[in-house]
Amino acid sequence: MNIKANVVGWEDICAATDIVRGTGAAARVSGMQVAVFHTDDGFFALGNYDPFSDANVLARGIVGDIGGKLVVASPVYKQHFCLHTGICLEDMSVSVPVWPVTVRDGRILIAAQPAAA
Amino acid sequence: MSRPELVIIGNGMVGQSLLEALVAVDHGYNITVFCEEPRPAYDRVQLSSWFSGSTTEDLALTTTAFFDEHGITLRLGERVERIDREAGTVVSSNGDTLPYDKLVLATGSYPFVPPIPGNDQPHCLVYRTIEDLEAIRDSAAESKRGVVIGGGLLGLEAAKALKDLGLDTHVVEFAPRLMAVQLDEGGARLLRRKIEALGVQVHTSKATQQIVAGDACRYRLEFADGESLDTDMVLFSAGIRPADALAREAGLEVGERGGVVIDNRCCTSDPSIFAIGEVALWSGRIYGLVAPGYEMARICAAHLTGDTARGFEGADMSTKLKLLGVEVGSIGDAHGMTPGATSCVFEDGPAGIYKKLVIDESGKKLLGAVLVGDTADYGMLLQYCLNDMKLPEQAASLILPAGADKPALGVDALPDTAQICSCNNVSKGDLCGAIASGCTTVGGLKSETKAASTCGGCAALVKQVLDAELVRQGIEVNNHVCEHFAYSRQELYHLVRVHGIRTFDELLAQFGQGRGCDLCKPTVASILASCWNEFLLKPEHAGLQDTNDYFLANLQKDGTYSVVPRVPGGEITPQKLIVIGEVAQKYDLYTKITGGQRIDMFGARVEQLPLIWGELIEAGFESGHAYGKSLRTVKSCVGSTWCRYGVQDSVAMAIFVEQRYRGLRSPHKLKMAVSGCTRECAEAQSKDVGVIATEKGWNLYVCGNGGMRPRHAELFASDLDDQTLIRYIDRFLMFYIQTADRLQRTSVWRDNLEGGLEYLQDVIIHDSLGIAEELETQMQAVVDTYVCEWKRTVEDAEAVKRFNAFVNDDTPDEHIVYVRERGQKRPARPEEKKGEPA
Ligand code: SRM
Ligand SMILES: Cc1cc2nc3c(=O)[nH]c(=O)nc-3n(C[C@H](O)[C@H](O)[C@H](O)COP(=O)(O)OP(=O)(O)OC[C@H]3O[C@@H](n4cnc5c(N)ncnc54)[C@H](O)[C@@H]3O)c2cc1C
Ligand code: SF4
Ligand code: FES
Repeated sequence: MNIKANVVGWEDICAATDIVRGTGAAARVSGMQVAVFHTDDGFFALGNYDPFSDANVLARGIVGDIGGKLVVASPVYKQHFCLHTGICLEDMSVSVPVWPVTVRDGRILIAAQPAAA
Repeated sequence: MSRPELVIIGNGMVGQSLLEALVAVDHGYNITVFCEEPRPAYDRVQLSSWFSGSTTEDLALTTTAFFDEHGITLRLGERVERIDREAGTVVSSNGDTLPYDKLVLATGSYPFVPPIPGNDQPHCLVYRTIEDLEAIRDSAAESKRGVVIGGGLLGLEAAKALKDLGLDTHVVEFAPRLMAVQLDEGGARLLRRKIEALGVQVHTSKATQQIVAGDACRYRLEFADGESLDTDMVLFSAGIRPADALAREAGLEVGERGGVVIDNRCCTSDPSIFAIGEVALWSGRIYGLVAPGYEMARICAAHLTGDTARGFEGADMSTKLKLLGVEVGSIGDAHGMTPGATSCVFEDGPAGIYKKLVIDESGKKLLGAVLVGDTADYGMLLQYCLNDMKLPEQAASLILPAGADKPALGVDALPDTAQICSCNNVSKGDLCGAIASGCTTVGGLKSETKAASTCGGCAALVKQVLDAELVRQGIEVNNHVCEHFAYSRQELYHLVRVHGIRTFDELLAQFGQGRGCDLCKPTVASILASCWNEFLLKPEHAGLQDTNDYFLANLQKDGTYSVVPRVPGGEITPQKLIVIGEVAQKYDLYTKITGGQRIDMFGARVEQLPLIWGELIEAGFESGHAYGKSLRTVKSCVGSTWCRYGVQDSVAMAIFVEQRYRGLRSPHKLKMAVSGCTRECAEAQSKDVGVIATEKGWNLYVCGNGGMRPRHAELFASDLDDQTLIRYIDRFLMFYIQTADRLQRTSVWRDNLEGGLEYLQDVIIHDSLGIAEELETQMQAVVDTYVCEWKRTVEDAEAVKRFNAFVNDDTPDEHIVYVRERGQKRPARPEEKKGEPA
C-alpha cells in the first residue's frame, strides 16, 4: 500500500518550514491545485478543490482526526476528507485526489501525478 | 399445515387500520372480516364534510379491491350475532358458523339515545354512519329548525352539519356549559359566544323530559325547568356507548359502564380474543378518539404476529379542532383536577381569545391547557405537557400574545412538524426519527437526513434537537466539546485559566487525546484568546483558527473573502467614506451597506487581503472583526446630539462601548446597540447587550437575538450611570464567556441558564458568587491588551507570507470568475463558468 513506491517524477514545492505546522497551504503541481498539509503525522497532499462548495479552498481547512482518521475539514461547509485516501467521511461516494508527498533535504516534494484512486 | 383462522368483527376505522398493519408484515393468517355496514371502512372523523360537499367515495378508507388483493374474505352487510368460545366459532346474521383461532372485536360504539319518551319518532335521528347522514339530509329537506341534543364535541359537529343544511340550528346541553369534558367555564363561555354569533342558538342546563307534538314545528321538546323548544327534527348526540353486546353474551369481562376489558396487549379476558378501538376498555378508560384506536391496532397486529415487544400504554386525549369555524384546543388536565393545580388565564374578549394554563403545585410543569379562538400555541403547549418540560419562569408569558414578553421557545418545545432545516426541508420529526433509529451525532444526522448539509445555518438548531431528543430518550448527553476532550467548553475554560495553559498542544497533552479537530481547535483558540488575548496568527495558534480567523476576513462561497473595517457606532467621516470607496474601486470589490451600520467589501482574494488592509490601516481604519466570534457592531441611533427626542448621547456611548469590547473573543459573536431614547431606533432590544437612554441614565437589556430564532432582550437594570453600566456589561460578558457553550449566543445561553434572569442579576448586580471583581479585572486585561490584529498582521512579514495564493506560484486562482451586475462584480454562477477548467 505504499503509494510512494510507483511515483515516477517528484516536483519540488517549497521548504518544509514554509508551511506552519498544523496548517495547510495551496501549491501548484503540474498545473493542478494541491492542498499541502503539515501535520504532526507528516505531510499530506489532497486536491485543493472542494467538490461541495465548488471552490479551491481545502488547503485552508483545519486538520485533525475524527475517529482515528486523519482529516481536513472543508472551511466552507465543514465536510471532512481523509488525508490518506481523500474520501469524504460524510459522503463516502465523494472523494478528492491524493498526491504522494515526501520530504527530502528539508524540501517538500509532491508527485507530478495524483495516486491512482 | 393450514393457516390459523383470524376473524375480525367490525371494519370501522380501527378494524381497517388493523388490517393494514397486518398486511404490512408476513402475518400468516387466513383472515375473515365481518362488516355490518353495507360498505367497507370509511372516515367517520370527516363525516361532517359530507354536508359541505365531500362524497361517500371521498370518505372511503379502503375498497373491496384491497381485500381481494390481500386474500382477505370480506363479509359485507353481515354481522356476527354470537360468539361461541367453547367451540371457538362465531355465528353470523346469515346463519353461517365460522371457526376462529384468534378473534378481534373492533365493533366500535353506537350513539347513546337518552331514554326520553318520544325519542323514537321518525325525525329523531343519530349521527354515526353514512346511512345516518342520508337520513339527516332527507329529514332536513322537510324541516326548518333542527335541534342537537348534546353540546359536546360531536354535538357541535352535528350542529355544524345542520347549519350547512340550512336549518335554524339549536344546541341543547344538559350541563351548564358546552364541551364540558374538554373546556373550562371561561373557554366554554367564549366558545358559546362565538357559536351564537354564527347564528347557532345554545341552551345550557336543559334536561329534556319528553318530545311531544309541536305547534309551530313538528315536535316540541319539554324541559325539566318547564320551558320548551319547538323543532322539526332532533339529532341525538349525547355520547357513545361501546358496542360490547357480543362480548357480554360470550361472558368476556366488561367494565361496569361498558367496554370490553383489555390488557396492554389488547387481549380480553379470553387469551384468543382481542378488542381494539372504541369498544375496548383499557385501564378503566374508553378512548372516544381514533388515534388511540390506531395505536391499539398496531399493538394488536404486533401481538398477533408474535412481536410482543411493545404494549399499549395509554394515549393522550388532547384535542385541537375547528368547530363551526372556531378554533378549540384542549390539553391534558384542562379542568385542573390534579391536587394542588393552579392556573393562569388570558382572555381577550373583543378579539375572541381565551387561553388557560393549568400548572402543577411547583409551578414548573404544565398539566393542561384550554385554548379557544387561537390555537397557535397548541403544538408548543402540548409538547410542554407531554414531555414534562420545565416551564419558563413566567409561565403566563406562554399564552400572552406574541410581542409581549413572550419567551423564545426552547427547541424541545417545537412541534415535530417544525421545519428545522429549510434548505433540505427537514422537520424536527425527521430528525427525531433519525435519532430514534440510532443517530447520536450531528455528523450522523447530517448524512442521514441531509439537515445542516447545505447552508449549515441550522446546525446549531439541529444540535439542540439532538441533545433534547437524547435527553428525552434517557440517553445521557455529554456536553463534551468533541471526541478529543471529555470536557465541556466551560470546563476547558476553567482548565485554561486555572492551569495557566497558553497553547492548544499543552491543553491536549494534559487533558485531551488524539490530534484535535475543527470543533475543539477553534473553541480552544477562542478560550485562549479570551483569557490571554495573544495574536491569533502566532505559529502555535494559527492552525487552530477557522479560516475566517486565519485570514481575518469572511470566507465567501467562491473562496474569496470580504473586508469589513470597524465603523464604531456607525459614525464615519466623509473622508473615511471616500477611502473605502477608493479602496473598493482599486481592488474592484463589491460593496454593500450591511445590516450592522457599516460597509462590507466582497470579492478579495487571499493574497489581496494584506494589501487592502495596508491601505485601510494607513487611513486610520481597524479590523471590524466581522469574521470573529467576537464583538461585531454596536449599533447606535443619532441620539440627543441631533435628534429632537434624544435624552442621552447614544452615539458617544455606542462608540465608547464598541471601542472597549472590540476584539474580545467569545463563545459566539456579540452584538450591541445604544438608543438615545425609548423610541429605540437602534433596536437595542434585539441585541446581546442593549442600552437605552432614560432621563436618568441608561437601561441595560441583555440576551436579545435577531437571526434565526429572535428573542427579545430582557431589562436587566435601570437608570444606570455610565460607570455602573460599563461595569455591569464587563461582568456580564465575562460571565457569559466563562460559562457558555461553544457557539451559544447569549440568548440561548440565557434560556438554558438555571435560575434564569434573577440568578444572572444576583451574580452580576449583587455579586452572589463573589466573582464580580475578578470578572472586571479579567475584562480590563483584555481591554488593555487590545491590538488591531490587522495592523499587527500587515507589519509582520512572516504572517503576510501566509496569505500567498500558492506556496510556489504567484498567479491567482483561475477558478474565481466574476460577471458584472448593477455596476459591480459578482461571482459567476456555475453555468456562467462553463468551459473554464476546474
Ligand atoms: C454582511 C451581513 C449582511 C448584510 O449584507 O447586511 C451579514 C452577513 C453574514 N452573516 Fe449575518 N450579516 C449581517 C448582519 C446580521 C444581522 C443584523 C445585525 O447585526 O443587526 C443579524 C441578526 C442579528 C443577530 O445576530 O442577532 C445576522 C444574523 C446572522 C446569523 C444568525 C445568528 C443567530 O444567532 O441566529 C448568522 C449565522 C451565525 O452566526 O451562526 C450570520 C452569519 C453571517 C455570515 C457571517 C455567514 C458566513 O459565515 O458567511 C455572513 C457573511 C458576512 C460576510 O461575508 O461579510 N448572520 N446577521 C451583515 C453584517 C453586519 C456587520 O456589519 O457586521
Ligand atoms: C361525527 C363524528 C365525528 C368524529 N370526529 C372525531 C374527531 O374529530 N377526532 C377523533 O379522533 N375521533 C372522532 N370521532 C370518533 C371516531 O370516529 C371513532 O373513534 C372511530 O371511528 C372508532 O373506530 P372503531 O373502528 O373503533 O369504531 P367504528 O368506526 O365505529 O367501527 C366499528 C364498526 O364495527 C361494526 N360492527 C359493530 N358490531 C358489529 C358486529 N356484531 N358485526 C359486524 N360488524 C359490527 C360497526 O357497524 C362499525 O362499522 C368522530 C365520530 C363521529 C361519529
Ligand atoms: S431612538 Fe430616540 S433619540 Fe434615537 S433616533 Fe430614535 S427617536 Fe431619536
Ligand atoms: S437551513 Fe439547513 S443547511 Fe441550510
